Amino acid sequence: MTGLSIENISMRFDLPNGGAVQALKDVSLHLKPGELLSVLGPSGCGKTTLLNILAGFLAPTAGQIMLNGHRVTGPDAERGMVFQQGALFEWMNVRDNVSFGPRMKGVSAADYMPNVEHLLDVVGLKDFKDKAIYELSGGMQQRVALARCLANDPDVILMDEPLGALDALTREKMQGLVLKLWKETGKTIILITHSVEEALLLGERLLVMAPRPGRIHKEYRLPFADMGVGQDLRMVKKHPEFAEKREEILSMIWDMEEEIMGRAEAGAGA
Amino acid sequence: MIPLVIYVLIFVAAFIVVRILASRLSARHDFTSLKTVTFGDESAVRPDRWASVISLLTIFLLWGAFTGSKLVPVHVPGPFVGDTEFTYTLQAPDGSTDDATIFVRVFPIGEDVEQRATEPGPGFAKNDSITVGAWRSQLILFDKNDEITRKDGAQVIAIDGIPVTSGGAVQTTAGRVVVTPKGSLNYEPPKGMQMEPIWLPPPEAVASRVLEIAREGYQNFTLWEHLGWSLYRVVVGFMLGALVGIPLGYAMGLSNWFRGWFDPIVEFMRPVPPLALIPLVIIWAGIGESGKIILLFLAALWIMAIAARSGVSGVRISKVHAAYSLGASKWQVLRHVIIPNSLPEIFTGARVAMGVCWGTVVAAELVAAEKGAGMMIMVAAKFQLTDIVIMGIILIGIIGYGIDILFRIAERWLVPWKGKG
Repeated sequence: MTGLSIENISMRFDLPNGGAVQALKDVSLHLKPGELLSVLGPSGCGKTTLLNILAGFLAPTAGQIMLNGHRVTGPDAERGMVFQQGALFEWMNVRDNVSFGPRMKGVSAADYMPNVEHLLDVVGLKDFKDKAIYELSGGMQQRVALARCLANDPDVILMDEPLGALDALTREKMQGLVLKLWKETGKTIILITHSVEEALLLGERLLVMAPRPGRIHKEYRLPFADMGVGQDLRMVKKHPEFAEKREEILSMIWDMEEEIMGRAEAGAGA
Repeated sequence: MIPLVIYVLIFVAAFIVVRILASRLSARHDFTSLKTVTFGDESAVRPDRWASVISLLTIFLLWGAFTGSKLVPVHVPGPFVGDTEFTYTLQAPDGSTDDATIFVRVFPIGEDVEQRATEPGPGFAKNDSITVGAWRSQLILFDKNDEITRKDGAQVIAIDGIPVTSGGAVQTTAGRVVVTPKGSLNYEPPKGMQMEPIWLPPPEAVASRVLEIAREGYQNFTLWEHLGWSLYRVVVGFMLGALVGIPLGYAMGLSNWFRGWFDPIVEFMRPVPPLALIPLVIIWAGIGESGKIILLFLAALWIMAIAARSGVSGVRISKVHAAYSLGASKWQVLRHVIIPNSLPEIFTGARVAMGVCWGTVVAAELVAAEKGAGMMIMVAAKFQLTDIVIMGIILIGIIGYGIDILFRIAERWLVPWKGKG
């Protein structure tokens, strides 16, 4: 079976004080190749844990991940990851960061260079390829991270709040870039975000997760990602259905947050 | 106390003068120059190079002024040199008194001197003539030539007309005169405010000593051999320490077993000052080269191990994760992520270790060595050759500073990403 299957994943963390936290409980999901999924949820709902399990950094306590018919057992180049910040290698220049994956596989420079040059062109960093990482702005750094991930040609791209640390204007430009890359490359992308707007814009499918234990609360299928490709994202945001969905999801998350607060207060009272 | 007051005064005066000159010279007097808030912003504080220059000049000036240096135009009053005299009044047992004069010639130490010719003078107390070196004092057996002596019961009752008793002292224009408990006189000429060369030689004496030792050597070795041997010990000891310490630190940062095994040893040895190991190292390895190098090896080892360990532990997990999900193997993660990521920490550790090693080698040479910078100043101190001691301290300081600057340059060149991650 092609695509990415999340099959009954559960994850428990044992705490040093003897207790345990159920970070994820019985999460199942199937993604077809080329789907763009955004994941939303209040803090503590296990979305980063889920992403780490997908990447292979964590082994789930129950369940399994299947990608294109084989089981995921650890990190691999078929599942690329884009982090929020600080995951670039400062000791390499932009080009060496982007070509890191191919170089580790032993691909010769003659073979990977054209693709690396092309990707740098796509993310708009052609003139910066010899610059050091610390000479770039935050937005440029995230573009390097995207290019680095794409240079490896992964089947699935996992994004852990990749635009979370950027300013509003840069963030909007980067959202457009992510959509463009998604359409051009046809990769399966899973994007975790805190921003409801971003989740709506960058999700063909949108998953709202609920905390304690972390689980899928509700799933949406949305038209906005397709609408947004090559378009001004502000026009998409003006769509009446966009505002409606945003309000619906925001109040859903607010309810969850209030429930957590209430439970915490009850716990403190008891 | 007085030098300190002068120092503070120069500090304040230089500050005010430079401030006034700077504000006269700078063209900006508009509001823009007032808008920039820099006070309280630590990163906006840069060393004022004028202050540095004036600071060094002030130290040099004070040094020269208080040692009578020829390089410095102004001096504090020096010790009295020349001829002076004072009188003493001797009382015979029968109550009769007589005055006699002591003619004093104060001469600079190290020069030949002739006594002043004197007439014995009238009365039972006779005039005397003495010579005293500057900064020294002189016991005067004044009654050697007197007709009635202390054995006969005579005693000094006044100096320059000021009454004095046995054990008392009188400050005259000629200097300080003490009547000892036995009744003889002890004379000190005025010392002025300058330092005696034996405590602090003037700058030019130190400079000429540097030239002399650079030419002729000291204690069987040339100056360059002394300094070179010290440096050689530091470099070899540090290299060995780094060679063992860095892999050890990596192992401790990457493996639970290594961490558990070496943690107690490293954590115990780290706070032990290397100087405390000198006696043990001398017992084990003697005072030769191997002992010194073992000591410096131990001084550098723990610092380098801890620097490498924290360099490894300090790697952001997202960098390691990123490398793994880009398809890197364990070995490639170590080679391309963990090691380069730890280099800034290792450089910081190396700078600290070099500083500690340089301090330790000098201390070890002070204790026992046949050559080296520390040995040079230790031997010189035993012979009261203060100029060599000061020369040694200055050279040790310059070399230590030079090592640190070299490391900083190397750091900027080799790990330019330091502090920018």
